Amino acid sequence: MLKSNILGMNLKNPLFLAAGILGTTASSMKMVARAGAGGIVTKSFSLEANDGYENPTIVKIEGGVINSVGLASPGVEAKKEELIELEDIRDETPVIASIYGDSEDVFCEVAQRTKDYVDAFELNVSCPHAKCGFGSNIGEDPEMTYNIVSSVKDSIKDVPIIVKLTPNVTDITEIAKASQEAGADALTLINSVGPGLRIDYQTGKPILNNVLGGIAGPMIKPIALKCVYNTYKTVDIPIFGVGGIKDYKDVLEFMYAGASLLQIGTSIMYDGPEIFKNITDDLSIFLEENGYNNVTEIIGLSHEL
Amino acid sequence: MIKNVYDDEVPKVVTIKETVIETPTVKTFIFPFEITEDIHPGQFVMVWDLNNEKPMTISVIDKKNNLMGITVRKAGPFTENMYENMGVGDKIGIRGPYGHGYELSGYKKVLAVGGGSGIASLAPLLSFYDNVDLISAASTKDELVFVEKFKKENIQVHECTDDGSYGFKGFSTELADELLKTGDYDIIVGCGPEIMSYKLLELSQKYDIDCQLALDRYMKCGLGICGQCCIDDTGYRVCVEGPVFDKEQLGQLSEFGKYRRDAAGSIVEY
Repeated sequence: MLKSNILGMNLKNPLFLAAGILGTTASSMKMVARAGAGGIVTKSFSLEANDGYENPTIVKIEGGVINSVGLASPGVEAKKEELIELEDIRDETPVIASIYGDSEDVFCEVAQRTKDYVDAFELNVSCPHAKCGFGSNIGEDPEMTYNIVSSVKDSIKDVPIIVKLTPNVTDITEIAKASQEAGADALTLINSVGPGLRIDYQTGKPILNNVLGGIAGPMIKPIALKCVYNTYKTVDIPIFGVGGIKDYKDVLEFMYAGASLLQIGTSIMYDGPEIFKNITDDLSIFLEENGYNNVTEIIGLSHEL
Repeated sequence: MIKNVYDDEVPKVVTIKETVIETPTVKTFIFPFEITEDIHPGQFVMVWDLNNEKPMTISVIDKKNNLMGITVRKAGPFTENMYENMGVGDKIGIRGPYGHGYELSGYKKVLAVGGGSGIASLAPLLSFYDNVDLISAASTKDELVFVEKFKKENIQVHECTDDGSYGFKGFSTELADELLKTGDYDIIVGCGPEIMSYKLLELSQKYDIDCQLALDRYMKCGLGICGQCCIDDTGYRVCVEGPVFDKEQLGQLSEFGKYRRDAAGSIVEY
């Protein structure tokens, strides 16, 4: 019922672990795989080790989290060791490496060094709390996005390239089109929203050390859905829907809007990694009760009504 | 069905009510906090000094007066600033409590071993259970934590120092070994330097008794999502499944006693 084959990956279900969540160590990613995820996206990494920002970096707020972890990661060589540890789960649970950088060369170098250990790359050109030159500084600009994507495509021939986009632009479909024209094999919509701000009401101090942080979790679902819905009409490549998914009803909404695959991140803090099994169980029951034979039948349904 | 989506868990800012200089490097901070039924020894809070934030074990759980305490050892800029500059009337933010604490119901006699400020994690056990024997260990007499507190509350504690300046001369694990030989303990619990904790696990294997140990890893969210504190090979989240792990879990932790990961996620060997 939930099986599909997309980007050359044989998937037991369409629910991936989202980048940035439980994706630092091979052990934690394996733990999420055992809990029932259909695939894994690693936490973003680049050439060099990066401590990220000082705490507080992630705080739970109404409807989700505000976060400015700041792309903390151990650097490509250490990450490669973690990826090698994942080799034995990839047949059943494909692994996508999320990578970031501040230039075409860095993206290509990181991808070259790790391409033998992953099933696809997700280019993070959309982190809203990255330092200048990284993350959404790239993904807000169609031309810069085009250049990064096409250079990685030229450099890496045999591994699919997914581009993760920021919603914090006037028209996300422009960036989506630029990515497709540059050769992207799929898109991930969306990275966190904002950035936003929370302040302690007693002292007036901004809560995050970095002051501003990306907003994620159930509260951003309507924005993510809009991005998927509009982008589905503009591009022909598969879309990973991500943003606030916490139950099977959310999965249905994203797939109706046009997502072929989904990613789950923040909601793990409510239900634990068991959320993957809870959702896939409920989703199978719903699809069966409603007369579907396979989950892929509902992709883009809202556009046909 | 998820129920807590709309809870707001920003730091709760409290005003420090009392401080106790425990040793030249250790200081306790006590502040008002509603002590609900679910708060348990071994859990931790994220402590925000209105700038940075670190996980700290809860060292005082005072249900009667709705007070909570943390006990801080100078180990870096954050804790040095707290020790040197923060006092009564200053504000700190608290998130949590988070994680799983010690679960000692059903055990007949408990041996609790605290190394240095690790005793902070164990002291609240005394107001929850009446069958706990404590070992408090430090390098030297001046660094023993809670000596006055235990005296005031008339609590018997087995103290030990590496240099023999107070109590038993030697390591806490040597004293624990002595006590386990003769005492009818059915569990050993502990908190302290990881090398000590690892030896406590070995002692529990030697005497074939249960074991629960509090572990410490670099933390960011405390919510079970950032992945920073996940521990090899099981991927247990120290902030959710821990910080206190039982004997079966500890046996699965291949990195226990060997290495940890830093803020970037890079491996740092002990």
